[in-house]
Amino acid sequence: MIHTTTVLTKQIVTSNISIAPNVYLLSFKRSFSFVPGQWIAIGLYPTDTPRLYSIASGIHNDEINILYDIKPDGALTPNMATLKKGDSIYISKPDGSFYTETGKAWWIATGTGIAPFKAMLDSGLGKDKKLIHGGKSLQSFYFEKEFSDVMGESYIRCCSRENGDIEYNGRVTDYLKQQEQLPSNEKYYLCGSSEMVVEVRDILVNKAVPFGNIIAEIYF
Amino acid sequence: MSKEKLFGKTPSEIKTIVKQLEMPAFTANQIIDWLYKKEITDIEQMSNISAKNRSLLSEKYQLGVNLPIKSQESKDGTKKYLYPAGEGRFIETAYIPDENRSTLCVSSQVGCKMGCLFCMTGKQGFQQQLTAGEIVNQIRSLPEREKITNIVYMGMGEPFDNPIELMKSLEIITSEWGLGMSPRRITVSSIGIIPAMKTFLDNSTCHLAISMHSPFEEERRQLMPIQHVYSIKDVVSLLKNYDWHGQRRISFEYIMLKGVNDTESHVREIARILNGLSCRINLIKFHAIPDTPLEASDKASMLSFRDALTAKGIFTSIRQSRGEDIFAACGLLSTKELIKNNE
Repeated sequence: MIHTTTVLTKQIVTSNISIAPNVYLLSFKRSFSFVPGQWIAIGLYPTDTPRLYSIASGIHNDEINILYDIKPDGALTPNMATLKKGDSIYISKPDGSFYTETGKAWWIATGTGIAPFKAMLDSGLGKDKKLIHGGKSLQSFYFEKEFSDVMGESYIRCCSRENGDIEYNGRVTDYLKQQEQLPSNEKYYLCGSSEMVVEVRDILVNKAVPFGNIIAEIYF
Repeated sequence: MSKEKLFGKTPSEIKTIVKQLEMPAFTANQIIDWLYKKEITDIEQMSNISAKNRSLLSEKYQLGVNLPIKSQESKDGTKKYLYPAGEGRFIETAYIPDENRSTLCVSSQVGCKMGCLFCMTGKQGFQQQLTAGEIVNQIRSLPEREKITNIVYMGMGEPFDNPIELMKSLEIITSEWGLGMSPRRITVSSIGIIPAMKTFLDNSTCHLAISMHSPFEEERRQLMPIQHVYSIKDVVSLLKNYDWHGQRRISFEYIMLKGVNDTESHVREIARILNGLSCRINLIKFHAIPDTPLEASDKASMLSFRDALTAKGIFTSIRQSRGEDIFAACGLLSTKELIKNNE
């Protein structure tokens, strides 16, 4: 997502580590409050055209974490991946309204779309939630230990291109199609590519989930 | 590798090419004239440019004009054209002739990332940004080109998700050196990506149409995921900073959905949030798409909704549905099946 009008403030990178092939976790000191599910715009220079990233850390954490994958043709992420501790970045205020509620709900994500759910988990909102995380490879399940520790059997990993000792070998959409019944009175929070969101939304609607219970955030 | 396209380039870009190829500086204006004022199909037809320079140009560049490869005609006279947009990808363009005007509905992307619940293009997902040349080519290569009176960016894609090529295409369409159309005959329609919208408002005088579809935040969120990022409240707030009392027009698109957004409380909320903004509303019939939980409001509801908004002082009209039988109507454009067949 491109953002061009926000005032950006300087932050100092505290770490920027690769957590999977082409996937990084960028951290800097938290100097603001936010609601889990919100995003910030990030640029490498104050005059940059920044892009939007969901915050992937809890509201009480000392640091803000940003999960991102390198887009080979991207204007930002190839350079972002070279950042070291002590380097500067420029960020906007947090914004957005992809909020989850307490109580039973489903979180459905693919790839780095897991980021807002990590913020929700770290903010104590993981109770009574079921998380379906889709990834292409077995290395795509970022934060799997953290999710598994808190959510136990309610954490379902779906791997589309590799087989492994995980909950489901196949796509998220296939997993959902195979569910005989999905609760229609619970909320479903979707985050990922537009293709995933649109396909999952169709499946949920076909399984009698009211569209009012489907809340989607699209990465664009 | 295919050669770079000349069509879609601005005078400054053509001047750079001319300089790089060590051609006389005046050649730039000649090329621009051939690109946008004349009907040629090949660089070789640029007859006032020397054979040597045409050959130099052809070595690195192609003209970049592509004719539609398929057309369908509706019983109401609307025509839908299919244009190629790169390897195995296509876009659709709708030509809508009327008594006093002929409108061309152009696409700005192959597919769309926005995932709106009511839109067929959204179900296609996103495949590719269109270049300014590919956007303008939909006008340039239309068989009815001379009859076009109005352009609307309401085809496939979200124009403000492709802001650089959008602005470049508007420059080409409205410049004297380009197609020379008045900006007052062009409307860009968007779901309201605020940063790009601001760039557009500050740098163009074309009309703007915003897809509202619900004045209520939570309900709009269910219909349009973009609401999580750019809310309708913030979109309207930005629009109120601009002057809409002159010739430039702001309108809001409102697809009417039975039992969802067609109630009296919606009328009241629309009037409340648009208070102080000189604007109009277009009510649009919902055209059913596969797997949708949505239904169209009936005609009586649409008429009564229109009358209620009008009574609140908002100029409101019901947009005539055109081209539904050939899937050219609002929200129905898609080239998903064609892309799938080519994969």
